[in-house]
Parts: sequence; structure tokens; C-alpha cells
Amino acid sequence: MTFTKISEGMSRSGSTIDRRSWKMPIAFAIVSLISGVLFIGFAEDAPTGFNLSTGTDLFQLPVIQLPALATGVVVTILMALIAVGSAFMISQDRKVPVWVPALGAVFALTGFLTWAAADETLRVPELFAGALVLAVPLIFGALGGVISERVGVVNIAIEAQLLAGAFVSAVVGTITASPMMGLLSAAVAGMLVSFLLSVFAIKYLVNQIIVGVVINVLVSGLTGFLYSQWLVESPEQLNNPEGFSAISIPFLSGIPLIGPVLFQQTLIVYLLYIIVAVVAFAMYRTRWGLRLRAVGEHPKAADTVGINVTRTRFWNVALAGAIAGLGGAFITLSQTGQFGKDVTAGAGFIALAAVIFGRWDPIKATLAALLFGFASNLQNALSVVGSPVPSEFMLMLPYVVTIIAVAGLVGKSRPPAASGTPYIKG
Amino acid sequence: MSEPTPQKPEDQKPEAAALTESAENSETNQDTARWTNAFREIASGNALLSLLAIVLAILIGGVLIALTDSDVQDAAGYFFARPGDLFAAIGSAVGGAYLALFQGSVYDFRRDDFLSAIKPLTQTLVFATPLIAAGLGVAIAFRVGLFNIGGRGQIIVGAAFAGYASFAWDLPIVLHVIVAVTMGIIGGALWGAIAGLLKARTGAHEVIVTIMLNYVAYYLISFLLRTDLLKNPGSNNPKTPPAADNAILPPLFGDGFKLHWGFILVIGATVLAWWLIERSSLGFKFRAVGLNPHAARVAGIKVERLYIYVMLIAGGYAGLAASTEVLGTTTSGFTSGVDAGIGFDAITVALLGRSTPWGTFAAGILFGAFKAGGFTMQASQSIPIDIVLVVQSLIVLFIAAPPLVRAVFRLPQPGARAKKVVG
Repeated sequence: MTFTKISEGMSRSGSTIDRRSWKMPIAFAIVSLISGVLFIGFAEDAPTGFNLSTGTDLFQLPVIQLPALATGVVVTILMALIAVGSAFMISQDRKVPVWVPALGAVFALTGFLTWAAADETLRVPELFAGALVLAVPLIFGALGGVISERVGVVNIAIEAQLLAGAFVSAVVGTITASPMMGLLSAAVAGMLVSFLLSVFAIKYLVNQIIVGVVINVLVSGLTGFLYSQWLVESPEQLNNPEGFSAISIPFLSGIPLIGPVLFQQTLIVYLLYIIVAVVAFAMYRTRWGLRLRAVGEHPKAADTVGINVTRTRFWNVALAGAIAGLGGAFITLSQTGQFGKDVTAGAGFIALAAVIFGRWDPIKATLAALLFGFASNLQNALSVVGSPVPSEFMLMLPYVVTIIAVAGLVGKSRPPAASGTPYIKG
Repeated sequence: MSEPTPQKPEDQKPEAAALTESAENSETNQDTARWTNAFREIASGNALLSLLAIVLAILIGGVLIALTDSDVQDAAGYFFARPGDLFAAIGSAVGGAYLALFQGSVYDFRRDDFLSAIKPLTQTLVFATPLIAAGLGVAIAFRVGLFNIGGRGQIIVGAAFAGYASFAWDLPIVLHVIVAVTMGIIGGALWGAIAGLLKARTGAHEVIVTIMLNYVAYYLISFLLRTDLLKNPGSNNPKTPPAADNAILPPLFGDGFKLHWGFILVIGATVLAWWLIERSSLGFKFRAVGLNPHAARVAGIKVERLYIYVMLIAGGYAGLAASTEVLGTTTSGFTSGVDAGIGFDAITVALLGRSTPWGTFAAGILFGAFKAGGFTMQASQSIPIDIVLVVQSLIVLFIAAPPLVRAVFRLPQPGARAKKVVG
């Protein structure tokens, strides 16, 4: 039983006010209204193709052709049904199952893609694979953020950890000519940034948000300085790391749609799957996870039962930095191929958004990061086929979604109770 | 997350402690005691710590410059043959860098006449102008316990408003510039108020909301710069038309100097901020909420409403920074990069100024000097301007952790009080 569950249980039993939330039916009513206007009113009467297979698949799926107008009508009606259905269920005091909004999201996405890419053919596996590649650094960063905040230290410095990892992996990866060393050194670099955060936040009790913001500036300045001083001078010797090559997992990589997306990736991505699974399991099922959450929720209670709060925080923040650093390595070793000034381009802040949107849970934060990665890649894919939505609005989407999430319109997000508060023993 | 309170209770006590201590002393060793106390007061005071933090940061910056300088590396290669060469190389690298920094920001003594020699100082003030205005926006929000990281977004929206008023409208002289500056302030204030409103209504954390609003503002202006609303119709570049002549803040010392009336506006804004925080009843409520929101609520202060007010004001100050940029410094039109890092620098400025209006003013001038000198340093000594970011962030880190600076310089740690340092 976790502290979160106890406090939730208490607040539930302690109040008798009407807790029915009408947010979901209202949201779906609005979405189906918008889709009615856009997907029906402004539809081109041309079919949209969805190419589900790539050449390496074990068997080929046919290209699905959806007529834009008819799909718009069907999708709008289905979402209106979801709105009415969920409203009915809520009025009957029944809980709406999770698959209902998930199904609604799939309908909305299908409707949107069909409308936006009318008269073109979308390569679906590449769409998702690209989304995953964009999401990988976000997921690493978000996991680092989740661990750090769950142990009670606000981690605004994710951006700095990614950037440090990106820089060091480029330099070390080039000098040693081994991507593996680059990856390891990136973890160490992220950990060093974490040490800095810990020293100021835990030892000197400086406000954690301030330290985080300042560390971001510091690392940006430091890597930018060293980049201009060293890497620009001799790019071949210092900034030419060898990347990981993609490894196809036999059989699994041949499954249509899933295979090319998930199982034709580089080593870092497979490492990511393992880390996500381990962190998600360990956070709720092991002694490490229990202690971590106890320190983040109620450090005094944790201290009373003999957990060393300062040490737990220090080493878990270090672990968080190491994981975030791996994300930085992915940026230089797999995405860009070399380090550039501020190469992370705000990925750390999107990762922070994923932490909050994912309500400080490893799996949910990963899904949030995937969603953000998908939104960015959608913009790329649609700009190729020529989309009616200005690309800026697609790029804006993750941030708007986060604001809505934080403002509690989607659901209440509650940070770990002691996150951001220094613990002074005594 | 805890509310950041930039005041350090710890550093304000030594004075009282010193007084009681000196009263207890006997008359014979009063002189020594007075001297010791005076020393202790200075040594544990804010001013000295700020100074030492700056010195420490500049030292570390010097080490970085020395380590990455190619001459120094060459000399280190034959260190045991001629050790003097290494020190000479270090001296010329670090000395040259900081000399260039000084010449680029304060006084260039290589020039013949005084007017052109003092030009760098006016350049410093040009860079300081938006930093002070935006820094005040962050500082005022700090006093209420809000951490406004949204300077970037507020500056972008303020610039869009001020810019639009400056080229799309046709107004008589004097009136136009007033209207354009005011529009900038309104734009920034509206963007800031979103965060305040969400904080007041839903409890959404202002740090996250302001960070996200920065990106939303960036993409919004990127989009608008592609439409006819902000784009110069005669060009394909995503850039606004130049400001109309009537809307430009006139230069202070003639056309030879870039310093413009925006600096006078910023001095006025600092006075206003001082009056607002220290003398007005609204400022009293601000400080009360910043020190303890729960107590303030019990005392009958409408905390939520104050969150909205303060974010309006904070955004307005960032908007003023935007106005001085697009109407004074670069009047030839702007792109989506109009913020140029001012929004984030403003945070460090406010932290260095300890969130007091005049402290922020001084910090803004210091960082303005770093910026002006940094460009000269980059041009003449080919030292990347990023070193300025490193030094700035180190200054703030050291100032935020007084015990660390005291430990480095072996100064007495003040008393055995609880070492709770926030901000």
C-alpha cells in the first residue's frame, strides 16, 4: 500500500460530495463538434491511403483506402456516440472504462489523418517509427524526471542532463571510436549534472527550481563554450562519433506494423525498453521503490523508520541524471550524428511536461512522451503530404496539451508531497 | 514544489547580533571588539558575499579560458623546459580576455577622445535596458512567491503587440511611440496573466505553465510572421516591417550613440517597482503573500486575486523590455528570435539582484556589461560568448548558496542558527 493510495482512499471515504466528473462527455462533445465542422464541412472528396506494411515484413497487408468524406461522417458519429454513452454512464454513477476514451482517441486520430492527408498515401509504419525516434530522448528524460521528483527533488535540469550527455557522448564516442563508450560516458555526464543539483539542493538547501534553471544555463553555456573552442576547431577528431547501427530482431521485426516500429531499432532503444520496464516494476514492487516513494512523500516518516533521507535522495537523483544522460547520447549518436550548440532544443522541457502529464508515473510518463513525439512527427509527416494545418500549431500541441493537463481540465495531477522541499533532520 | 522566497532571513541578523555583542564587551577591548564586529558584519553581509560570488565566478571563467586556450596548451607541452612560458600564456589568454571584456563594456582607452572611449559604457546600458525591465518582472513575481520563467513568451507577445502598433498604425509624433510602448506592455501583461489566472483558478504550477507558454508564444509568433499580420509584405522572410519613424524611441545622446529613451523608461520603471513593492498597499499585500500565503489568507488578503495582479504586472514589465527592444534597439523589424535570451537572463538578473528593484537594476547593468563586453571579447580574442553564460550562472549559483562562498573564502559562518537557506 503506497502513501498515495492511502491518502486517496481517505479523501474518497471522507467526503460525500458529488464527485461525478463530466469532463469526458463534454470533451468528446466538443471534439465531435470540431470534427463535424472540419472533417465533413471542409473535406476533400478524395480517398486517403494507409500503407500498413513495409518491404521487410513477413507478410504484406493491403493498402487501406478510406474515402475522406465518408470517414469524417462515420468518425464524427462514433465520437458523438461516445459522448452520449459516457454521459449516460456517468449519470448512472457508473465508472467509464479506460478503453472508451482510448477508442475515442483512435477515432479522432483516424479522422484527422484521413482529413489532413486526403488524396495522398500515408506510410503508417514510418509515421510511428519516426515518432518513436523523436520520443526516445523524451522518454529517457521523463524517466529521469519521474525518479528524481518521486524521491523529492524537483528536476528542472533535465535539459542540462540531456545536453551534457549529448556533448560528452559525442566527444568520448569520437575519441574512443566506440559508441558504447559514448553511451556510458553520457550516463556519467548526466550523473555529474545531478551531483551539482544535489550538492546545491540537498546540501546547501538552495531552492531546487532555481538550481535547476541555473544549471540549465550553466550547462548550455559550458557545452556551447567548449563546442566553439574545441569541437569547431577539429570536428573530425572530436565531433564525429560512430553511431549505433540498427539491429533487427529475428521474427519479431517481421511482424507487420509492430516489427518495423519497435524491433528494427538501435541498441539504445532496446536498452530503453528494458529501463522503462525495470523502473516501472521496481518503483511499485521493490524495496528500492518503496523507499524512494516514502522519501518523496513523507521524508520524516521515512527517516523515523531508519531510511537515510539525504543519501536516498542523493543517489536516486544521480540515477535519474544517468538515465537522462542516455537520452542525450541518443540525440548525438542516433538522431543528429554529431553535437551542435543547444542540440537538445528544449527536449528537456518537453520531458518535464511528460513527467507532469504522466502524473509522476513511469509508464504514463513514457506514454505522454510517446504522444509528444508522435505530435512532432505528425507535423513532419503532414508537411510532406501537404497538410491544411499550419505546422506551428502541430508543434505547439504538446505544450498546449500540458497546460491543459496541469490546469486540471483533463485530470488532477498531484506531485509527490515532499517534492521540492528540502529535508532538514531534527 | 516550495514557494521560492528570495529573501534570506539568515543574512539579515548579524547586525543585531553584533550590536548586542558589542554592548556586552568591556570598555578596554571595545575598540578591537568594534573592529571584529564590523568585520563580521561586512563578512557575513549581502554586499560582500555578492562581490565574492562574482569574483569566484570570474576566476572559474578564467580557468576555463586558460584550459581551452591553444597557446596555453602548447606552453604546457614543454612546461618543464620553460615553466615561465605557461604562466605567460595563461596571463595573456585570461588577461586579454578580461581586458577585452572591460574595453567592450566600460571604457576603451585605446580611443583618442573621451566620447568614443566611453561609448562601450553606453553600449552596456543598451544591453542592460531590456534585462532590467524583464528582470523586474521576474523579481516582482518572486516577492509574491511566484517563479516567473515566462519572460521569453511575455517578451515575444509584447514584441508582437508593440511591433504591430509601430508599423501598422499611423499616429502623430510622440503619441505613436507612447501607444506602441503601451501596446507592448499590454501584450506582455496579457500573456503573463494567463499563468496567473490558471494558478489562481486551478492551482496549476506557474513554473510549468510559464515554460509551456514560452513555447506556445514562440510558435504563435512564428506562425504570425508567415501571415500578413506581422510579415513584411515586400519580403518572403519571416520578419516584420521596420517600425515607423514616429514610433521609435529617440536616441539619448544623438545619433552617434545607440542608447535610447528606453533606458530612461526603465529607470522610471525601477522607481515604480520600488514604490509598488516598498510603499504601496498592494506591494504590502504582495510581500505578505510571498512570506506566508496561508497567514495572508487568514489576514483577509485575497491571495488568488493577487496571483493574477502580480502576473499582469510581471508580464507588463517583460512587455516593456520587448518595447525597448523593438522600438529602441533594433527598429528594423524582428523575427521569432526577438527574445534573444533576455527572458532567461532576466531570471539570473532578478536572482542576483535578490529581487529588490534597485538590486535588479544593478544586476541588469552588470549583465549588460557582460553581454556588451562578451561580444567584443568574441570578436577580438575569439573567445566564445558562451563563457558569459557560464560566469553568469556561476554567480547566481554562488549567491544562492552563501555557506559555499563563505567556506571557499574561509569567512565565518554566521552563528549556529538553523542553516535554512531558500532562494
